[in-house]
Amino acid sequence: MKGAGRDSPAELSRRVEVVISEILAWGVLASLALLGTGTLLSFLGSHDYGAGRGTSADLARLVRPGAAFPRSARWLVPAVAHGNGQAIIVAGLVLLIATPVVRVAVSVLAFALEGDRRYTIITTIVLLLLLLSLALGKGG
Amino acid sequence: MTPLGFTLIVLGISYAAGLLGSLVGVGGGIIVVPALTLLLGVSIQKAIAASIISVIATSSGAASAYVRERVANLRLAMFLEMATVAGALTGAYAATIVGGRWLFVIFGVVLTYTAWSMSRPKRTDAGPVPDDPWADRLRLHSSYFDRALGREVPYRVARSKLGLAVSYLAGAVSGLLGIGGGVLKVPVMNLAMGIPIKACTATSNFMIGVTAATSAAVYFMRGEVQPFVAAPVAIGVLLGAKCGARLMGRLPGHLIRAVFVAVLVVSAGQMLWKGLR
Repeated sequence: MKGAGRDSPAELSRRVEVVISEILAWGVLASLALLGTGTLLSFLGSHDYGAGRGTSADLARLVRPGAAFPRSARWLVPAVAHGNGQAIIVAGLVLLIATPVVRVAVSVLAFALEGDRRYTIITTIVLLLLLLSLALGKGG
Repeated sequence: MTPLGFTLIVLGISYAAGLLGSLVGVGGGIIVVPALTLLLGVSIQKAIAASIISVIATSSGAASAYVRERVANLRLAMFLEMATVAGALTGAYAATIVGGRWLFVIFGVVLTYTAWSMSRPKRTDAGPVPDDPWADRLRLHSSYFDRALGREVPYRVARSKLGLAVSYLAGAVSGLLGIGGGVLKVPVMNLAMGIPIKACTATSNFMIGVTAATSAAVYFMRGEVQPFVAAPVAIGVLLGAKCGARLMGRLPGHLIRAVFVAVLVVSAGQMLWKGLR
């Protein structure tokens, strides 16, 4: 394992690097688009942000502590389909959080294909901790 | 102030934070959180939640470029991520226990420490480092292409266990305060682990995306991420970071550092004042 793993990784690593770079770039770009579109729609379409003629009362309502929003997929999917601005923002936030998770999952696969046991284990630990945070956050 | 005015101001502040942050390998949160709380009166918990989202954006945006340009050390990043992610989970949970005032104080202390550690006189990047069997076994040693020097710069990684410990701490602080944690990792990676500063900032930036996603997931599932605040913060920081990633490698390291330290000192004083007053 020691000898075999030494020179082959360079080439595969390079390809993995390119894939990782692309995932990060596109994940960020797509969520940027969603966040921007959602914000714009919130100002233009709905009453959420005071429809462009907002007052300081609207602002106080928007930034007050405990102003939670629905976050279940059952709310999100139809609301996005409806063109709800806030829902599109939330979709962008979800995508942004998911981007590094996908990047780690790809790394696990890449190291497994490469036959690099050590780094397959390392990246798997990272992935499991990430998934744990989603599960734990739901309970808290 | 109207919601539109607020959004535009937040966008501007976040853009500046993202630009500076990506140049020094932090997520921009270290500037966004003080700006949102001190300048705009947003509650610190909400500022932290918005910031941690923006930290993912900064890191992923800039890291994409660093990876493509081969400045980031991916193996080292993935090794240290085990610790930063575990730390981020700890920090995001600690945030529920720690009150607002203490968050200001801890934030101020972290800012102060960072300013001090980065303004210390330091030895050259190329100093000899002790042997590290872990780094050998994990093949952490690497090289990067320095655009300013126009050549490949090889380096050896040392003290990887210390790096792991500091990464855990950085992850915990990241989850607690909504910052990237690069401010804690970069000095140690640079001075103790023997990694050239540009490779440090790039590698740190790369790790921060995963670290921040961990605590952001916890904040998000708890419903603490407010779309109205988080969206302009993330957009502003993303755009600023994109610009910063393009400039990085073309600017002198010491100038970037000096600007960074100045911003830190000002923010530190204000955060401590707010928490201890």
